[in-house]
Amino acid sequence: MFIVDYFKDVYGAMKSLLVGMNRTGYYFTHHKEIITEEYPDNRDTLKLPERFRGEVVMAHDENNEHACTGCSACELACPNGTIKIINKFDISPEGKKKKAIDTFVYHLELCTMCGLCVDACPTGAINMANTFEHSVFNRGLLTKRLNKPDSKLKAGVE
Amino acid sequence: MVEEIGKTAEGDLIINVGPQHPATHGVLHLVITLNGETIKKVEPHLGYIHRSIEKMCESLTYRQFIYTTSRMDYLSAHINNHACALTVEKGLGIEIPARAQVIRVLMDELTRIASHELWWGAMAMDLGAFTPFFHAFRERETINEIMEETCGARLTMNYMVPGGVMVDLHPNFQSRVKNFLKLYKRKIHEYDELVTGNIIFQNRMKGVGYLTKEAAISYGVTGPAARGSGVSCDVRKHYPYEIYNQIQFDEILETEGDSFARYMVRLREMNESIKIIEQLIDNIPEGDFQAKTKAVLKLPKGEFYQRVETARGELGVYIVSEGGTTPYRIKFRSPGFSNLACLDHITRGGKIGDLIASMGTLDLVIPDIDR
Repeated sequence: MFIVDYFKDVYGAMKSLLVGMNRTGYYFTHHKEIITEEYPDNRDTLKLPERFRGEVVMAHDENNEHACTGCSACELACPNGTIKIINKFDISPEGKKKKAIDTFVYHLELCTMCGLCVDACPTGAINMANTFEHSVFNRGLLTKRLNKPDSKLKAGVE
Repeated sequence: MVEEIGKTAEGDLIINVGPQHPATHGVLHLVITLNGETIKKVEPHLGYIHRSIEKMCESLTYRQFIYTTSRMDYLSAHINNHACALTVEKGLGIEIPARAQVIRVLMDELTRIASHELWWGAMAMDLGAFTPFFHAFRERETINEIMEETCGARLTMNYMVPGGVMVDLHPNFQSRVKNFLKLYKRKIHEYDELVTGNIIFQNRMKGVGYLTKEAAISYGVTGPAARGSGVSCDVRKHYPYEIYNQIQFDEILETEGDSFARYMVRLREMNESIKIIEQLIDNIPEGDFQAKTKAVLKLPKGEFYQRVETARGELGVYIVSEGGTTPYRIKFRSPGFSNLACLDHITRGGKIGDLIASMGTLDLVIPDIDR
């Protein structure tokens, strides 16, 4: 029965190759199932999900007000020392001292986008933007100040 | 048998594979001693991507250290995070809400499928077939999109936190996963048509890279590599964590022990993961996705160990706590390191052409070996 087995093997081998080639040929002739994206060209239509973790940003409303109280919870939560909060003391009209942020320093070059700072923030002042193209020619540009100049704490946020 | 390192017999040839070689999937350096075409010895050299994650974790708090483990076995990042979260929860003694448990298991199984898909494509590419790589990435991309939508990242999710998961599931999650299940079932037969049934592939895989059951146990091989040799070692079955003891699924076992058996275990394991997802996707309980935990986590003095089944084998996380906010010592028992140990055993006496095929079936992820 050696001869029969031999031809069976040859037949099986040829068939397996043809089955594979058939599958390859199917995709060669069916262009509808194209799943790749041509990335730099589709920038305008590219939509990332809203939870995508890009860089950390601080939301400001139309009155240039943010919700950051300067509690440093994000600074403590960050595993890489990405965030540094410099506080100052405002003196209110009644003569009371009140803590407020002076500068919210964010080192993008150290950030791993883990999202722990956003998770730790008690007032929801910071969130993660959908940006992902962070390449710059100068490393200094990656150290950012998140609170805008002359911005203030929103009323009612403690 | 004790051998002197660097001592070779006359006529032996020593070649280096890596550290920059496309077939090693990373910076693995193999020093191979050859006699003609026959392999006499394979020596893996490690340390090219050592980042001292274990030492780094000692200075991070119990919330912070979890993100580093995504960078170990980056293809099963969820399962690594899961192991760490489970160990911390064990130390804290907190109960996890039912919803969080189901979400975690769902994510684990999706990760397992994604990891096996990528392995399948890379494995076929190691043997010279380029097309399967794209077929595998087509399905994997769907999972990555699900991850991106719910967790916020495609590969290093950092979604599991002590007490549950970081955010609730995205509203689209269920429909997306169901779409993936449909796509997977429509496409999975292509895997067999393209690669499994292929005569060239079978001849390169069958009877190559034998790993006996005894050797698998003595080398500490776990995961699909060991199950291909008939070692029943699925942590999900033997030491169930979360809700794995309530789910119906089979442990895949093959007894041949060659490269093809390890290949088949992974392919069949994907179907088991699909089965688990199908059971859970319509039965996600309502409730909290995270248990209430203190702002600063402090583990009591003691030692805590938890093991999980990653896509590559058994991952153990061992935490020694002195009662502070940071661990005193962390040790990861990574599956890749033990699986690499048997590479010399399974390739010795074989031909150098089969080395890459045998190594491919071990599914090595180099950052997992070096940590």
